[in-house]
Amino acid sequence: MAKYILKRFALGIVTIWAVITITFILMHSVPGNPFATESRKIPPNIMENLMKKYGLDKPKSEQYIMYLKNIAKFDFGESMKSDSETVNQIIARGFPVSARLGLQSILIALIFGPALGAIAALYQNKIPDYVAMIISIIGVSVPSFVLGSFLIQFVATKVEWIPIGGWGEFRHTLLPSFALAVMPLARFSRLMRSSMLEILGQDYIKTAKSKGISKFAVIMKHAVRNAILPIVSILGTTVSDLVVGSFVIEKIFGIPGLGQFFTTSVFNRDYTLIMGVTVFYALVLISAMLLVDIAYMLIDPRIRLTKEGH
Amino acid sequence: MSKRLLVLISVLLALAILFTGCSSPSTDEGDKNSNGTPGGQTTGKKILRTNNSSEPGSLDPALAQGTHESWILENVFEGLMTFDENGNLVEGMAESYEVSDDGLTYTFKLRDGIKWTNGDPVTAHDFEYSWKRALAPETAANYASILYYIKGAEDYNTGKASADDVAVKALDDKTLEVTLEAPTAYFLELTAFYTYFPVNKNVAESNPDWAKDPSTYVSNGPFKLVEWKHNDQVILEKNPDYYNADKIKLDGIDLDILEDQNTAWQKYQGGEYDLLVDVPTSVVNELKTKNDPQLQIGLQVGTYYYNVNPKVKPFNNAKVRKGLALALDRETIVEKITMGGQIPATGVVPPGMKDENGNDFRESVGDLIKYDPAEAKKLFEEGLAEEGMTVEDFNKQGFVLLYNTSESHKKIAQAAQEMWRTTLGIEIGLENVEFQVKLNREQSGDYQISRAGWIGDFMDPMTFLDLWWSDSAFNDVKYNNPEYDALIRQAKSTNDQNVRMKAMKEAEKMLMKDMPVIPVYFYTQPYTVKPNVTGIIKVPVRYPIITYADITG
Repeated sequence: MAKYILKRFALGIVTIWAVITITFILMHSVPGNPFATESRKIPPNIMENLMKKYGLDKPKSEQYIMYLKNIAKFDFGESMKSDSETVNQIIARGFPVSARLGLQSILIALIFGPALGAIAALYQNKIPDYVAMIISIIGVSVPSFVLGSFLIQFVATKVEWIPIGGWGEFRHTLLPSFALAVMPLARFSRLMRSSMLEILGQDYIKTAKSKGISKFAVIMKHAVRNAILPIVSILGTTVSDLVVGSFVIEKIFGIPGLGQFFTTSVFNRDYTLIMGVTVFYALVLISAMLLVDIAYMLIDPRIRLTKEGH
Repeated sequence: MSKRLLVLISVLLALAILFTGCSSPSTDEGDKNSNGTPGGQTTGKKILRTNNSSEPGSLDPALAQGTHESWILENVFEGLMTFDENGNLVEGMAESYEVSDDGLTYTFKLRDGIKWTNGDPVTAHDFEYSWKRALAPETAANYASILYYIKGAEDYNTGKASADDVAVKALDDKTLEVTLEAPTAYFLELTAFYTYFPVNKNVAESNPDWAKDPSTYVSNGPFKLVEWKHNDQVILEKNPDYYNADKIKLDGIDLDILEDQNTAWQKYQGGEYDLLVDVPTSVVNELKTKNDPQLQIGLQVGTYYYNVNPKVKPFNNAKVRKGLALALDRETIVEKITMGGQIPATGVVPPGMKDENGNDFRESVGDLIKYDPAEAKKLFEEGLAEEGMTVEDFNKQGFVLLYNTSESHKKIAQAAQEMWRTTLGIEIGLENVEFQVKLNREQSGDYQISRAGWIGDFMDPMTFLDLWWSDSAFNDVKYNNPEYDALIRQAKSTNDQNVRMKAMKEAEKMLMKDMPVIPVYFYTQPYTVKPNVTGIIKVPVRYPIITYADITG
């Protein structure tokens, strides 16, 4: 196990290096620069001053090596668009906000998604199944910006206690968490339904039933336990997607999270910020995947790596 | 098993609680904020609540670059001159000023008793220091070019001269002498512009990061910065030490940083804002048809236009460009498409700027472009013939109108495309790219027609006419007409408004005869104000001024 984790760790570092290199090449091959604004062009001599201030006048290879050195020290540098915060400060400020929102919505999705799917499977082709699947189809197909606007229009403006947007207290997080949770919830329930159906037809379920174990125990002990595995396997990517924030939800609800920077930094050609959030996301994703693999081993004894065979 | 799932869920739960804990410092501020929610005045304080729409990149006057910064800066700082509660340009930090006969040297006397928010007196040395600081190449101020009117400023900024060569000098604590490169009729107004705001010399020298945090932030205006929650909220409080504090009715201003226009509008409607500037187009249109008194359509000095690339045949022909210009039904574009109260363009200089007799410059020049399909077709075909082309040849070229991706630019481009098709019988394609790509292609001349816009910096027609003089860095179409240059040079040589205005009127007429760019409409600034809020004023060159606002009832 330790050897396996060590191997994964080394692989992670190589992955990060590849991410940095590809991002560097991509972001510098897109036309534009961090200082252009839509409303006003900058005269060439002032542009020169700016390039010099941020070290962009140096050869690309030198800039690349500088990036690598700084990232090795976890120093992502100065944002080129914001003079008041460094990239590290932006991430340190935005991530807890996005992570809180993301974890709350993962919780909602994890509590209700598999339950909904399991119910649908147990009542296959009966009314609960149809209701659950209609909910999940709506969940998968309604885009979050529509849902967000809908919630503001029909919930926030009607219920005094729920704020329209902004950040600060628990009540601010309700609508955005829900809006974020709907998509993974729907995905989980569909996955759960199909894997449950498959498992309910397996021989060992029949065996368990014929042994006279209560129906409830059969479902909980044998069916759910096995059916949950596909969900656990996509949990890593889902969690890392959600904890780094959503551009759309953060914009609509005016939440000072990290999600918006994945989009705006690219628009702004804010090179240091692009690099910072990309590497950060890669780190989160790699660690989440590793955690999921460990969780998988704990849940499913069949894939314990150390003891091959059984 | 489900025990293990339970473990997983509780780990997530624990993490969620952990992060809740992490972000709890902002919770108390949230409480403070909610005091002011619906109906508001629970504390008895007059707080104006509104939305600043984007996070300021910097609140250092030298580094600021747009309205999302200047709207805050104009409330916390004050320049030598300022706008008063009636929108007139009056003395601010300066008590009086003198201009030499040649119009080149300005001597400002500062007021007595003007203070920084840390208690230091505001001195002429602060001004000298601040302007030179904004010009220093290592400061890399985006807007440094607005200081180039000062003698030696451009050379210092481009590294060709030293700071000592910049002709701004504090003669003593109260006297500032500035010598200009050339007479500049609007120089006084420029001293009210944010790049000309002073910063506290001692503070800025001892702490280069002073502008990053409210606790070290020192300013000299009617309000002071008390809180800056990034991407969330900026809070200003009345500055009791401001020399004109009697005129300031508000106790504070709360500015949200909320990018989504629709959410901001919902908050305004729900009573959480007293004023909203960035109103969604659909709402503007709806309020306009209902004649809602909350809607104000303020003038703005801005023009939306199309660049025509003269390097591409047949666009080198003025008649072709003119034909394209006359074929646009601008009335329809503003009434049916943009719908934000915009004004059909009749020239490049928008209304709102005065000429030598105090009349509106736009009106006294008159309409230089109109919608005239017959004339458009005639000119266009004549022009094509002069270039040895037919409409079929033109259509075979696959010309496109380039615009930066945005729903409104797209709709306007589609309308123009259709108008050109029906009036002139030509096919022009549409191509949308990201704005940086558009800039890139404009610079390399890789376009035929491209969308552009310009927002003026000061209330003088020169802020527009200057764009198309041959050496201008902003002259995308590389318009080069020695006669035009001569007129601009003449207008820049004197403070005599008669001479200046005459030259600029001539220049605009000449420009619209050659039509290197096709003006479409003049921007406006729609904003909404709650009925109990008074004293919001609109100067065309500024965002609505909230400094003198009052909340009643």
